[in-house]
Amino acid sequence: MSSVTTADPAAGTATAKVEIRSVHKHFGPLHVLRGIDLDIRAGEVTVVLGPSGSGKSTLLRTVNHLEKVDGGTVSVDGVLVGYRRSGNKLYELREREILKQRTRIGFVFQNFHLFPHLTVLENIVEAPVSALKRPRKEAEAAARSLLERVGLADKAEAYPKQLSGGQQQRVAIARALALEPGLLLFDEPTSALDPELVGEVLDVIKDLAASGTTMIVVTHEIGFAREVADTVVFMDEGRIVEQGPPAEVLDSPRHERTRAFLSKVL
Amino acid sequence: MSLTSDPPATESVVKDPPPTPPAPALVVVPVRHPWRWAAVAATAVLLAQFGHGLVTNPGWEWDVFAAFFTTETILQAVWVTLQLTFHGTALGFAIGIVLAFMRLSASPFLRSVAFAYIWAFRSIPLIVQLLFWFNLAYLYEELSIGIPFGPGFVSFDTMGLVGEMGAAVLGLALHQAAYAAEIVRGGVLAVDEGQLEAAASLGIPRLRQVRRIVLPQAMRSILPNAANEIISLFKGTSIVSVMAIGELFYQVQVVYGRNGRVVPLLMVATAWYVLLTTALSVVQHYVERHYAKGSVR
Ligand SMILES: Nc1ncnc2c1ncn2[C@@H]1O[C@H](COP(=O)(O)OP(=O)(O)OP(=O)(O)O)[C@@H](O)[C@H]1O
Ligand SMILES: [Mg+2]
Repeated sequence: MSSVTTADPAAGTATAKVEIRSVHKHFGPLHVLRGIDLDIRAGEVTVVLGPSGSGKSTLLRTVNHLEKVDGGTVSVDGVLVGYRRSGNKLYELREREILKQRTRIGFVFQNFHLFPHLTVLENIVEAPVSALKRPRKEAEAAARSLLERVGLADKAEAYPKQLSGGQQQRVAIARALALEPGLLLFDEPTSALDPELVGEVLDVIKDLAASGTTMIVVTHEIGFAREVADTVVFMDEGRIVEQGPPAEVLDSPRHERTRAFLSKVL
Repeated sequence: MSLTSDPPATESVVKDPPPTPPAPALVVVPVRHPWRWAAVAATAVLLAQFGHGLVTNPGWEWDVFAAFFTTETILQAVWVTLQLTFHGTALGFAIGIVLAFMRLSASPFLRSVAFAYIWAFRSIPLIVQLLFWFNLAYLYEELSIGIPFGPGFVSFDTMGLVGEMGAAVLGLALHQAAYAAEIVRGGVLAVDEGQLEAAASLGIPRLRQVRRIVLPQAMRSILPNAANEIISLFKGTSIVSVMAIGELFYQVQVVYGRNGRVVPLLMVATAWYVLLTTALSVVQHYVERHYAKGSVR
């Protein structure tokens, strides 16, 4: 695990590469991930597309071990997620160690999941203070500059319920950024938003993409994918059907299923 | 056939309408509830009769009530009752929180232990349990720490260790813990799972997740039930009178056993219970308001 910490979270953070190797996942009889292989270079933006139920969220959740894999491995910046390898054996990590690994990986949920009883500032400061043992003063200063970055400098003392959906999602992004993660995961960050609020959240994510953090974004926003993605991955029925630069996958897809999907969402 | 679809506008074009006078202000007549008034009247009459009885019936012996309400013995007994309530609640909820998280844990061992405890202490009547603790010294005269089934290193005199008050608090707390555990568990289950996922994905340490994220949110649904339990324990302390501990109800019994003034002394106890329960309800209101932070309801 690289231990680069910069004082200013708005400055460039260490970015991580991701290697996913033949990952399988079952939910009971349901074989949800059927051998996923994916390489993401440091600083790249990968957009994952696919029909509902194709396993996009599940894949994203295996990357920070919210979901345990049944087979295969995920590693972030060369470090196995959730396991320690010794010879030919994989030892499951203890919860404490997994929690520590997650501080290097930011996750943004479809439904924000802000802590409703804490103010915006407290939401952002919580993890740096409790997980990274940052001094509160320092964490608060960093949080305020993050809020400025997502355009919510004046909302530090508000409670989440007092904000619009778009504002809440921007706070959730700031909360994930407060740990200065090398990798950011977004699971349909704009799907729960009213159409007129989608833009403000996508703008923040575009901004982050330009700053060079590695990102995996599950979304149905094709325009966003075209503009921001380095790689577009199309998933169906637990497999990666097709991947490549957006111009290839979105404009001249080689697979029938990709074409069928794109014709529905475009 | 086409009558219904005739736009009324044509009519107004044909007839030149006279200038309409300004519409009179409309008066709203609320729905009348005669039966409500009848019920209120009947209740008022009954209350007045009862009140009249309280004042004029010499059987209530208000002078005796006034004489005993704040005597030393009664005040001391109130203090004992409050102590029993406080320690029983504090210890009971402390154990209850631990039991609740044991029942929610991933470990089958911890889950079964908590389940068995709750099953046992909800099944045994409180009074039986209390008498058992009171008579512990009869079963085990001394407790010793040492090799299981082997020789002991240190030993304690059981009654000296537990004491009467200790036995009472222990009994109340162990009983309370079983109920508190289920209340706390219910509160924790009511917290949205997404909250735990968010906390986990931020790498917040486990204990901190519980203390900072889960419990404060669970408190909202725990509090009304917990207040019920505390108030019920407060009055339930009167059961401890079977152990001859000088709490409010026992002391009142002692006094009317001596002077035979049963009714006014029962009123003394009742008045104290009502007064203190009211105080608890007020505290509940403010504590609930504290935990409603950030909520719109
Ligand atoms: N915890 C779970 N238990 C059982 N089945 C699950 C669980 N989570 C997901 N699934 C199933 O796994 C499949 C893949 O789910 P996943 O959420 O990864 O799909 P998705 O591609 O993200 O879909 P969507 O676009 O609707 O979010 C679905 O059929 C879903 O019902
Ligand atoms: Mg999904």
